[in-house]
Amino acid sequence: MLKIKRVPTVVSNYQKDEAADESVGCGRNCLGACCINGARLPLYACKNLEKSREKIVVSHEAEEPPVAFLESLVLGEWEDRFQRGLFRYDVTACETKVIPGKYGFVAQLNEGRHLKKRPTEFRVDKVLQSFDGSKFNFTKVGQEELLFQFEAGEDGQVQFFPCMPLDPENSFSVVAINVSPIEYGHVLLIPRVLDCLPQRIDHKSLLLAVHMAAEAANPYFRLGYNSLGAFATINHLHFQAYYLAMPFPLERAPTKKMVTTVSGVKISELLNYPVRSLLFEGGSSMQDLSDTVSDACVCLQNDNIPFNILIADCGRQIFVMPQCYAEKQALGEVSPEVLETQVNPAVWEISGHMVLKRKEDYEGASEENAWRLLAEASLSEERFKEVNTLIFEAIGCSDQEEDLEGTIVHLQIPNGGVVNQKSNRIHGGPITNGTTSECIVLQ
Amino acid sequence: MSLAEESSVVSVFTEEEEESLNRRYTLWIKEALDELPHNFTITDPFLSGHPIVFASLGFLKMTGYSRAEVIGRNGKFFQGPKTNRRSIMEIREAIREERSVQVSLLNYRKSGSPFWMLFHMIPVFGRDDGKVINFVAVQVPISGRDHHRKLTSVGDDVSSLDHSEFVFGSCRREVCFGNFVQHRALPVECDDDEQGLEDWEYCEASESEKLRAVEAINNVLSVLTRYSELSGRLVCGKRYCLRGVDCLSSSLVISLGRIKQSFVLTNPCIPDMPIIYASDAFLTLTGYKRHEVLGQNCRFLSGVDTDSSVLYEMKECILKGQSCTVQILNYSNRKDKSTFWNLLHISPVRNASGKTAYFVGVQVEASCRNTESKELRPETKQLSVVGAVRVAVRSSFMVTC
Repeated sequence: MLKIKRVPTVVSNYQKDEAADESVGCGRNCLGACCINGARLPLYACKNLEKSREKIVVSHEAEEPPVAFLESLVLGEWEDRFQRGLFRYDVTACETKVIPGKYGFVAQLNEGRHLKKRPTEFRVDKVLQSFDGSKFNFTKVGQEELLFQFEAGEDGQVQFFPCMPLDPENSFSVVAINVSPIEYGHVLLIPRVLDCLPQRIDHKSLLLAVHMAAEAANPYFRLGYNSLGAFATINHLHFQAYYLAMPFPLERAPTKKMVTTVSGVKISELLNYPVRSLLFEGGSSMQDLSDTVSDACVCLQNDNIPFNILIADCGRQIFVMPQCYAEKQALGEVSPEVLETQVNPAVWEISGHMVLKRKEDYEGASEENAWRLLAEASLSEERFKEVNTLIFEAIGCSDQEEDLEGTIVHLQIPNGGVVNQKSNRIHGGPITNGTTSECIVLQ
Repeated sequence: MSLAEESSVVSVFTEEEEESLNRRYTLWIKEALDELPHNFTITDPFLSGHPIVFASLGFLKMTGYSRAEVIGRNGKFFQGPKTNRRSIMEIREAIREERSVQVSLLNYRKSGSPFWMLFHMIPVFGRDDGKVINFVAVQVPISGRDHHRKLTSVGDDVSSLDHSEFVFGSCRREVCFGNFVQHRALPVECDDDEQGLEDWEYCEASESEKLRAVEAINNVLSVLTRYSELSGRLVCGKRYCLRGVDCLSSSLVISLGRIKQSFVLTNPCIPDMPIIYASDAFLTLTGYKRHEVLGQNCRFLSGVDTDSSVLYEMKECILKGQSCTVQILNYSNRKDKSTFWNLLHISPVRNASGKTAYFVGVQVEASCRNTESKELRPETKQLSVVGAVRVAVRSSFMVTC
């Protein structure tokens, strides 16, 4: 079992140490049965993408688009919580800059984001883990941290209900604040919150996230996802999103097309970027694009490969970044200088937004440093090729997602296989669909 | 509404858009520009929506639109579903960073048919204040004839393709599966020799086409420079001085222009805290013209019956760097010179350094507070302006040098 120690990011004001008593009766105005009666939130039901796809394209291109409805809702509610003091610090008071260089990495000096607390142990060798109700999850957030309900509507039009009751019988998804924001407007999208889904990608949830990106209609509002083992802090299905009005370095990297699927989804690999990644775009519909990405991610999950996702360009571009930093860290293979920064390469860092807690790291931030850190997270050239093969196979023939709660579908270690520390591969065993060659250390 | 339908709508450009060039370059500028043979457009980033304020005859001929259909539109109007997203991003970033860019771009004519062109855009700066006055964009149609085209027949196995060709810098058709070709429906009829060019990954311009673009840009710039000398408000292609402290970047102005509600930005670091930005909606609400309010303190909106204790409360909040909401009686400059109750929210706004750079004031006319049940609550709407301003200000100060 591989573990690393790190201080988890606090995303909710009700998230505490595991040791603290969680079972005491409420009064916290949470989402549990104790408090949910009578709870109300605005509900935003976005347009059905298929019915309105033509309109989206044309209206964007006609003029510099005005602030869209969803954007107003997110910003307005966020500013309300901001002024009510629900965030742990004022992120706009954190100095930030673009690092000079080709890609324009963004660095932020944020001493308050990371707590000066005892680090918690995180298991990093299992991408699929069962939901654990005793740990912190989003049913325990205070209702004041929730901004609105969000759902994919049936209509060609947006529907908005300023004060809709929260109905536990009717699985609802919510948008909540992240109390340790990376940037202004940092929110969490929690699909079907009361269903307590573990942190893993499924087709419906990813599609909801893509809907949100499209609906926000702002290319500077992206959604991100961290799998377990790729620095997700909480094992309760959630995406993150915030505004940064400039392109991420990841978005600037040149790409080389690899393949186009039968539904027209174009898959490219990034060139000349420290983390080897795939870019999915196109498709005859947004659902095709989303489903193809889900297929790819389900494959990665089943093969126990940690990864991050960035949904960009209003949902038109989806980046998938497999990574192995946590495993390397557990095996003691990350260089000490990189470890000292205590920067965990999650989706935003890999995209090029580095939040630094030490002034010296911020002052000395350079494109080379950022590159070096992110390169530690990347799969090797060889391994990336293998993973791509697995993904293309899965996309070609996948027709159902994993259905077993919390178990890895395949886990085989060929007898006599030996781990080669340098290349992180098990030699002597075939690379088949499901061999977890990255994460098991044989004594 | 399809692109073709939308373009038959009556033109909706404003007086400001019509007059934009005249003000800076004198009344003869349009005639002079019309004498140039090139395809080009000129935009004004200080008008809401960053609209085109001039389109050359060559441009109109190339795209099939009339002048009235183009003035007031944003450049994105000519893009479409197959326009390369990366190229769109490059242009957006060049605008945001106030620098030039040259990129091949797929645009769409009024008929809906696509065409490739080399898009070359430059900023034009005010000589005295370093502000971006306009962006000039030249469009040189590209034939793509001189370049290697990689055609793949339907039966090929994709994985056996040579993947070593880079996307950029080559002109080739996208791989077509038999199935894919059937699923894809061309939106309108294309000319025969343009069939499939929508699916080209990229289309490199020839060296001579690139030179033509540069020549065209220089010609347009020299006409603008010459006429700016006549008006006494010089422009040039280079920035000769750093933009003044009280001068907002064009990219910030473009971002702020997306916010449709009434609001102002004031600068607390300058004596008497003047207004440095006022939205169109603010001007409509108060009945003033932009040049009448910029540089002024907001007190011109107060009058005899304005409660001075409310003014005091606001002053205190500003000194303490706090937000507040007040209800204040304001005096408009509208035709009827009416007063109105202004539910005003003010808040300090920080820039990328983390320090307070501005105060934002968002005005809501009290009588307009009855909301339809399907809209955002007025409080949320008001605060959303603050949020949008925060995002815009923070990001605009992070521009790479």
